[in-house]
Amino acid sequence: MDVLNLAHGSFYMIGAYTAYTVVLATQNFWLALLVAPILLALLGAALEVVFFRRLYRHGHLPQVLMTFGFTLVFVDLIRSRFGPTTRAIPPPPGLGGAVHLANATFSSYSLFVLGIAIVIAALLVIGWRLTRLGVVLRAGVADKEMAGLLGIDLPRTFTFTFAFGAALAGLAGVIAAPEFAIYPGMDANVLILALVVVVIGGLGSIEGALLGAAVIGLGYVIGATFFPQFAIGLIFALMAAVLIFRPSGLLGRRS
Amino acid sequence: MTGLTVRFGAVAALDGIDLEVASGERRGLIGPNGAGKTTLLNVIAGELRPAHGSVRLGNSDATALSPWKRARLGLGRTFQRSTLFGQLTVADHVALAVRARVRGSWRFWPGGQRLVAEEVGQRLEAAALAHLARRRAANIGHGEQRMLELELALAAAPSVLLLDEPMAGLSGAERQGVLNRLRTLPGQVTVVIVEHDLDAVFAIAERIAVLDHGVKIADGTPAAVRADPRVQEAYLGAF
Amino acid sequence: MIPARFRGLYRPAFLVVLALVLASIPLWAPRFWIYIATQALIFAIFAMSLDLLVGYAGLPSFGHAAFYGVGAYACALLALGHIDGLVPLLLAGMLGAGAVALPIGALSLRTSGIYFLMLTLAFAQMLWGLAVNWTSLTRGTDGLIGIPRPTLPWLDSLKVSLYERGPFFFLCLVIAIAVFVLLETVARSPFGRTLEGIRENDRRMRALGFPTFRYRLAAFVLAAMVAGIAGSLAAMSNGFATPDLLYWTVSGLALIAVVVGGSRSLVGPALGAFVVLFAQLGLSTYVDRWELLLGALFIAFVLFLPRGLAGLVRRA
Repeated sequence: MDVLNLAHGSFYMIGAYTAYTVVLATQNFWLALLVAPILLALLGAALEVVFFRRLYRHGHLPQVLMTFGFTLVFVDLIRSRFGPTTRAIPPPPGLGGAVHLANATFSSYSLFVLGIAIVIAALLVIGWRLTRLGVVLRAGVADKEMAGLLGIDLPRTFTFTFAFGAALAGLAGVIAAPEFAIYPGMDANVLILALVVVVIGGLGSIEGALLGAAVIGLGYVIGATFFPQFAIGLIFALMAAVLIFRPSGLLGRRS
Repeated sequence: MTGLTVRFGAVAALDGIDLEVASGERRGLIGPNGAGKTTLLNVIAGELRPAHGSVRLGNSDATALSPWKRARLGLGRTFQRSTLFGQLTVADHVALAVRARVRGSWRFWPGGQRLVAEEVGQRLEAAALAHLARRRAANIGHGEQRMLELELALAAAPSVLLLDEPMAGLSGAERQGVLNRLRTLPGQVTVVIVEHDLDAVFAIAERIAVLDHGVKIADGTPAAVRADPRVQEAYLGAF
Repeated sequence: MIPARFRGLYRPAFLVVLALVLASIPLWAPRFWIYIATQALIFAIFAMSLDLLVGYAGLPSFGHAAFYGVGAYACALLALGHIDGLVPLLLAGMLGAGAVALPIGALSLRTSGIYFLMLTLAFAQMLWGLAVNWTSLTRGTDGLIGIPRPTLPWLDSLKVSLYERGPFFFLCLVIAIAVFVLLETVARSPFGRTLEGIRENDRRMRALGFPTFRYRLAAFVLAAMVAGIAGSLAAMSNGFATPDLLYWTVSGLALIAVVVGGSRSLVGPALGAFVVLFAQLGLSTYVDRWELLLGALFIAFVLFLPRGLAGLVRRA
């Protein structure tokens, strides 16, 4: 969509807190898995229609400013409702233990996350490449003007895309909730990582994002293990290295 | 150029094209849509690297040169879709192009621009754009944009001029305006013009090359090309 | 309606009035606010340098604070090395920032758009990490402290010292005005026009024979040098230089100032710097949930003034 949305991390955070609320109220993790994406989709759609839609023609800078404003608002709202202390929820029953495979121990929940990630990745790639909506979006990415002239309802497509992205972010937040700490600043951490991933992978390419995530995920763990202070520095150095040799990212396309 | 081959992935957009243009010649380049004409221009201009083959400008091998270096050697071009500077005024456009030729763009203080301004004025008159001098390029009509596009290339006083569909979307009167402007070009300028408007091409070109599906299928005088059965088939087959 | 021939006078008149208003501040403002205004002036210089990059050259950089911080450290090191003298100290900031900007620009400018944004951010964060960890040079998070302000001999003869808030404010004001005039001149020069062409359509400029990379690099380094000047002043003003001068939030704040003020206007971002600084300060002092308010302010701003303050004037 060629939109720079700094509030995407906030969607993730809201997803995590939704999971927290739902699990606290109903003890049902799977319910949260359903509720959060729907909630975020509605929120995303509303934001797009009311606020972000006007900014497309003004370029990235106003988008940066406005979405940054939203991150401030969301962080404040979350903090006032839930307080600044870190929260946590346990993994759902059945996924709390460990599994032994080939001499190594993996937490069941990590395997669950891996599984979900693969499923979603597969769905996204199929959707991106094979469905009509995917074609429309790719056309919109490649040439917005032309796509509009071809009669594609771009505004509705954009709203849907934005809402879908928000829903995915919320889903990610729910999945992350049992594993990672839930606190009001979690949006910033994930946002930086997500931006690095997307840039390394190349904009406009789902496969690129997946590849980027794999690279960064590995890089981050390796960095955190061997150079704990410089982990994020290593990430940035990785990104710089990629961009220097491939200025459009690994699988990105120059528009 | 000799033996030019350009590939986009598995598709050979240009396959083994040999094209030789004499200095000062007016050469037309025609062919049905998708024949590879713009691709060929992009290769000549340096924006695309051929998988095989070479491009020579004059006596030197230009294959490895970047677009701006080729431009400095005297290559000028227009683009199929007007590539203008939306927020700059028409006068600013021509001034930029003139300064590209005249140098002096590394001056960090204003002033000393009178010569440039004079030439800008003359060119705007010649291109019938003087009344729009202070209008932003984004706010002028399509025909005027195409004239400006052409004038940008001309202002650099190129020795080799590549024109990519200069008549696209123009009315009859506007086309005549472009033709007239082209006729004022000095004789030593080599012109390669890609066009769909066959009347215009036949009016300007001394020789015409025809491309179809990335291959050169004809190369000769306008009369010969017009009568060539392969050319007719290529165009009819496109329907 | 004001006759057309006076319209061209609006901007110079406005600028003169603005300069006079600013110059009068030490006469009537409480001491604390003179200090804040000084900080705002320094930030305005920084924001104007960023506008050269963002507004004129079309290069949105998220790592400009790196040059601000490097300038501060360069000045600090020289001042702590007992070099006294305004010009050398400013020069140190300028050249230090420029030296760092050359390799960073040479690498970053191979990309564009969001990639450029992220790459400049990456480099700035790496420099920040360097500032934190190269403790033998920078003393890490403690920073370099006790930075003296330069003495100007002719000021001494007037019994005035730069350690007083008023005189230092004037110094910053004079430099800010000088920077403004310099950047404005560059913007109107052939070089500036070429930059604008590159911003609007890089491909076209190359087809005309311009080596666009070199122009963009020159703009990058020039903007960095001006940011370095701001950094020097910051070091003198605060008396210390710490790594958080290079942190991404500083770059972000400068970008906000540019957007709020309206890019490609120089005056806009300078005013935007004042607005952002005062908003942040005022809100955080008086309001408990200032982040909410600040965020709402930004949102409202972009909704109603997407082209910034300068956009208000331009539409007229």
